[in-house]
Amino acid sequence: MHKQLTAQELYIRKQKHTKISIHLLQICILIAFLLLWEISASAGWIDSFIFSSPKKLGLCAADLLLTGQLMGHISITLLETFISFLLVIVSTLLITILLWLNKPLSKTLEPYLVVLNSLPKSALAPLLIVWLGANYKTIILTGMSVAIFGSILNLYTGFVETSPDKIKLVRTLHGNRAHVLFKVVLPANIPNLFSIMKVNIGLCLVGVIIGEFIGSKRGLGYMIIYGSQVFKLDWVILSILILCVIAMLLYFLLGRLEKRFVCE
Amino acid sequence: MNHILEFRHVDYSYHSMEGEVHAIENMNFTVEEKEFLVIVGPSGCGKSTLLDLIFGLIRPGSGEIIGAKDSIGYMLQQDHLFDWRTIEKNVYIGLEISHRLTPENKEYANDLLKKYGLYDFRHKKPQELSGGMRQRAALIRTLVTRPKLLLLDEPFSALDYQTRLNVADDIGSIIRSEEKSAILVTHDLSEAISMGDRILILSPRPGTIVRTIQMSFDSSLSSIARRQTDEFKQYFSELWKEMNQLA
Repeated sequence: MHKQLTAQELYIRKQKHTKISIHLLQICILIAFLLLWEISASAGWIDSFIFSSPKKLGLCAADLLLTGQLMGHISITLLETFISFLLVIVSTLLITILLWLNKPLSKTLEPYLVVLNSLPKSALAPLLIVWLGANYKTIILTGMSVAIFGSILNLYTGFVETSPDKIKLVRTLHGNRAHVLFKVVLPANIPNLFSIMKVNIGLCLVGVIIGEFIGSKRGLGYMIIYGSQVFKLDWVILSILILCVIAMLLYFLLGRLEKRFVCE
Repeated sequence: MNHILEFRHVDYSYHSMEGEVHAIENMNFTVEEKEFLVIVGPSGCGKSTLLDLIFGLIRPGSGEIIGAKDSIGYMLQQDHLFDWRTIEKNVYIGLEISHRLTPENKEYANDLLKKYGLYDFRHKKPQELSGGMRQRAALIRTLVTRPKLLLLDEPFSALDYQTRLNVADDIGSIIRSEEKSAILVTHDLSEAISMGDRILILSPRPGTIVRTIQMSFDSSLSSIARRQTDEFKQYFSELWKEMNQLA
């Protein structure tokens, strides 16, 4: 085709090309990495017993899938992550609203929240196991403990920074505090809430894996620890790769949800 | 004529950790029905505080404010339309808050939108509208709650000059045709003369009334038309002289 393109069409074509070549490059890097890995393992450059190889991982995955073990581990980790994520979001909202309604309370609790937020939560996990026992409740709680303090602090900052003039507007329409909350503060913080959620889903996954490391007989965290103890490093690496995929999917899922709810 | 608002010896002070600020001192005035009152004064003379007092957002330290608090509409400096609502939903917000989102009130809102050229934009988001249209939408949001008295806190200050003249003209005529009383606070002297029936001049802090100028324009003149008249120039030089004495 020898059709004359306008400047606008050329511009759009160029933008599209850039986008496609970036995607291609991303995929190429992945393929190159896997190829290099496989070649180095089969040529004996690296020890496939400790570094594994894509082929070995594939066989291991197929084997675990056939016995039904892998799906069990994945689903338990996912379930625990989802539950702790949902609990984090609900309790963050409730606690932040409570703090927003009661300024002296939030001032009082602020230093405690800051300390709890900076505390490495993996240090808490062994304690939680002893207190609550090695069960799914402990793991969900560990997942929550990683995410909740930071998200309360973030959301509260968003609440407090809501434009005072918009709040005054609701007051000038004879609105009370509930109106201020539901008509201004909450809607204004929806984008904020979504960015907090995007961070949290990853943090909950981290917490759940920490919990499974020390207090579980199921889940991907258990697979990693057990695999490393009995030197089934295929298990360990496979679990890590699955965690990568899960983290990506969860983030993507929230991104889609955000597009639906947040107006541009 | 009936008073719709009366200030009797009103005093008000702000309190902060830095100290006490005496904002308003012994203020006395009345507003009549359908009157358009303008309050001018040097910046920081408590003009906005005065509106907050009238509306009841804050209470006077001493003195009395007599008037029906529940039939006051308040328009702020910026339109503060909510980005996440359409124009129509923005206009409804006052009705939602006061639980009056009835079919009749919705129809009234739609009538106002039609009358003032926003009906075709009712499903648009505020960010798609021009500054002037947004300001009109903000006025309609206030009008649908059917206030008797409108408080306008420099509602045109965020607009560029050209738009400002047009929107002031628009809003002035809307207020007159809806037969509302209004109190406009501004530091723009020509805006004060072109829109008001009466001007109160405030002193620097603590604010108190130093002079009242009653104006007599032909009632058929729009605010832009007023600016062309000889009286306008006389009122302007009178006001200018007063303001300079204060500074």
